[in-house]
Amino acid sequence: MLITRRADFSSSHACYRADWSQERNREVFGSSANPRGHGHNFVLEVTLEGEPDTVTGMVLDLKNLKGIIQREVVDPMDHRFLNHEVPPFDRVVPTTENIAVEIWRRLAPHFGKGAVRLHGVRLWETEDLYVDYHGETP
Amino acid sequence: MMRLTRRYRFSASHRLHSPVLTEEANQQLYGKCNNPYGHGHDYVLEVTARGPVDQETGLLMRAEVLDTLVERGVLSHFRQSNLNDAAAFQGNCVPTTENLVREIERRLKAGWPAAFAGPWPVLDRVRIQETKRNVFQTTVKQQ
Repeated sequence: MLITRRADFSSSHACYRADWSQERNREVFGSSANPRGHGHNFVLEVTLEGEPDTVTGMVLDLKNLKGIIQREVVDPMDHRFLNHEVPPFDRVVPTTENIAVEIWRRLAPHFGKGAVRLHGVRLWETEDLYVDYHGETP
Repeated sequence: MMRLTRRYRFSASHRLHSPVLTEEANQQLYGKCNNPYGHGHDYVLEVTARGPVDQETGLLMRAEVLDTLVERGVLSHFRQSNLNDAAAFQGNCVPTTENLVREIERRLKAGWPAAFAGPWPVLDRVRIQETKRNVFQTTVKQQ
């Protein structure tokens, strides 16, 4: 069974590489390359996979998942300029793809040992753009 | 592997009527969707691309490239149109949203190699909301 918990955080980011010219950044990242940044109300959906416990009827107590998302993602990223305040985005371009990978990296250690597995993260940058990441398959 | 989905909107009309069925059979099968002058929807189209994230840019692709492909290959043909007038829906192919998803998938596949030169990204999924209650989706098979 898959269960999904949603959270949101508002952050600013700028998509550019300091080792590239302004023209090259503009060409690849478009208006997102403005180094002063811009912001989004990111919406995160975290999906877990597991079987409901025969006693509790729950795959996982969702307030535990809520707490993990809060500590690992919302507290460090909400109302922050990702490039300047949230490693590794001082050296990794905080594209929506890379933010999703980083969220996966932060959440994955909390799952995998027990019966509940991290299935995927979906990160909505706007209502019209989202990415899905399910980790790297070996 | 990363998947990136873009959402687009277009409004169009259609009438569900199969020329190989009788008037009565059409009426029975399609109900109000068979009303003679047609009706319209605000379709929401989702196009998903799949591939690895480029290590240098942190991008799966430039979303603008997909936007241009979808605009030229799909939206400009169907926006504010009567789907029954489209070439794909002449003959016996009824513009149900099932058939519309197939037609959009065909159009995106046709334009894909010119838009994306390399092996990645690939077209992964096409999904259409006809209304908030009716959603149709195909997962694209890779040759």
